[in-house]
Amino acid sequence: MEPPRIDVAYIAELAKLELSDEERSRFTRDLEQVLAYVAQLEQWDTHDVPPMYHPLEVYDALRADTPGVSLSNEAALANAPQQTDGQFRVPKVVESAH
Amino acid sequence: MRVTMFEKTSLTSLRQKLIDRQISPTELVQEYARRMQELNPALNALISWDTERALQTAAQADLSLPLGGLPIAIKDNICCLGEPARCASRMLENFVAPYDATSVSNLRAAGAIPFGRTNMDEFAMGSAGENSAYGATCNPVDKNHAPGGSSSGSAAAVAAGMIPAALGSDTGGSVRQPASHCGVVGLKPTYGRISRYGLVAFASSLDQIGTLTTCVDDAALLLQSLCGHDAMDSTSSRQPVPDFTAELHNGVRGVRIGLPKEYVSSGNAPEVQNALHTAVTTLKAQGAEICEISLPHAQAAVASYYIIACAEASSNLARYDGVRYGYRAEEKADTPGDLYARSRTEGFGEEVKRRIILGTYVLSGGYYDAYYARAQKVRALVARDFAQVFEDGVQLILGPVAPAPAPKLHATDMTPLQIYLADIYTVPANLAGLPAISVPTPQSGLPVGIQLLAPHFEEARLLRAAATLEQSWK
Repeated sequence: MEPPRIDVAYIAELAKLELSDEERSRFTRDLEQVLAYVAQLEQWDTHDVPPMYHPLEVYDALRADTPGVSLSNEAALANAPQQTDGQFRVPKVVESAH
Repeated sequence: MRVTMFEKTSLTSLRQKLIDRQISPTELVQEYARRMQELNPALNALISWDTERALQTAAQADLSLPLGGLPIAIKDNICCLGEPARCASRMLENFVAPYDATSVSNLRAAGAIPFGRTNMDEFAMGSAGENSAYGATCNPVDKNHAPGGSSSGSAAAVAAGMIPAALGSDTGGSVRQPASHCGVVGLKPTYGRISRYGLVAFASSLDQIGTLTTCVDDAALLLQSLCGHDAMDSTSSRQPVPDFTAELHNGVRGVRIGLPKEYVSSGNAPEVQNALHTAVTTLKAQGAEICEISLPHAQAAVASYYIIACAEASSNLARYDGVRYGYRAEEKADTPGDLYARSRTEGFGEEVKRRIILGTYVLSGGYYDAYYARAQKVRALVARDFAQVFEDGVQLILGPVAPAPAPKLHATDMTPLQIYLADIYTVPANLAGLPAISVPTPQSGLPVGIQLLAPHFEEARLLRAAATLEQSWK
């Protein structure tokens, strides 16, 4: 069988990871080996088998829509790398107007 | 090289000592703090422990409660209010949990004292305890060997007598396999039995909190306090919680136990084949009926598991972006996208990145049906195998935990695929959501556990057979 190709650089971009050249070639080798192995899944007849997204059927899992106690603003921000005025701080998202 | 270990003492016997006032909860915490101090430099089983905090809890311990005054270590991916929860990752090195996981608040409500954060494979991804930003954990039975993983520190700490019991998490064997490698009891209950609220998510349809203990009685004792429905976890079960200790010592007479022919493989190390044989002989001698069964899709489990686990992980770990919590790259980023990428690149370790990339790939356009959807269908086939066997009257399943005893630490000649393949006997329970336990077998060398699996929510039956084996081997 044709060994599966994986464009690790493109996938890393999707996953918001920056890889060094060395990592990229190592991951390519590792993951192609894994993908060649998982190709065996094709051998099983899954024609009428619904995918199993969950190990157990759970019904009516929603609780009553009544407000409960949440984390305080202070507690929610306690682990923030940067904060300003009770909010998470991030780099500027929009372009400056010229 | 064997590490000088402390005598392992069960929760059950410590509880009696506390009730008889032979020792106070404060003295007990001091004793375990001393052991941690002495052994941790050699084993690296704990990332940190807060003796002050544990002593404060001990001072208020209510001995009338089922776990009153008993110290229990917590894997570093389970939240304890005000304590670090690092997942052994640089990504969460400064994270302090703003709430208790439900498992931890249940332990507290039962009187236990959370004490010590156990080392692990980063984000629970690994099976040797080596993928930790805080260094590898050593197997206390032989320092040159790995303790197994990902609940490496929990298993090693319990095995070395540094703590009487610990919580772990099991996504594909991460409680049972290190328990097997370190010679302690590892229980993974049915999916949904214990709330996952406050357990850092790896693969949400597979993750389950479990226990590492010195004996089966302690596993039953802990499970009793841990389980129950939780409104904070939509997958937590509403099944009634039986008394897990009531019939624990009633034996296995007449119980039908299946031995899958696919599990008695020539690929198993001789020690593992011997352990299986010993378990069969013992169970038969105790009156159980052992029958050969078949799980035709057993060979498909690892392939299905790694696709699903990595897919779910890539989605779950997308939350680490350096904005709300966790590591943020220091270099000034011009855009949020740069900030996310740099923070993730610097914060995650190698195996985590490898799995995120695999997971992202199998979920990406054009590959979803070929990999992810197909893996979920094969998962259904794996689960059907078990359902069929149980429907045919088999009450428990016996098998190995791992194909071989603990490997040497830093065995660098293994490829990731070879490492993944060693999970063949543990991942099926996670795919199907079944409860399973690893029980140590009598060994003179490295420990080897055997595994029992039960139908959904039949932990009482599982524990009863495990207790029978343990009792016979004393």
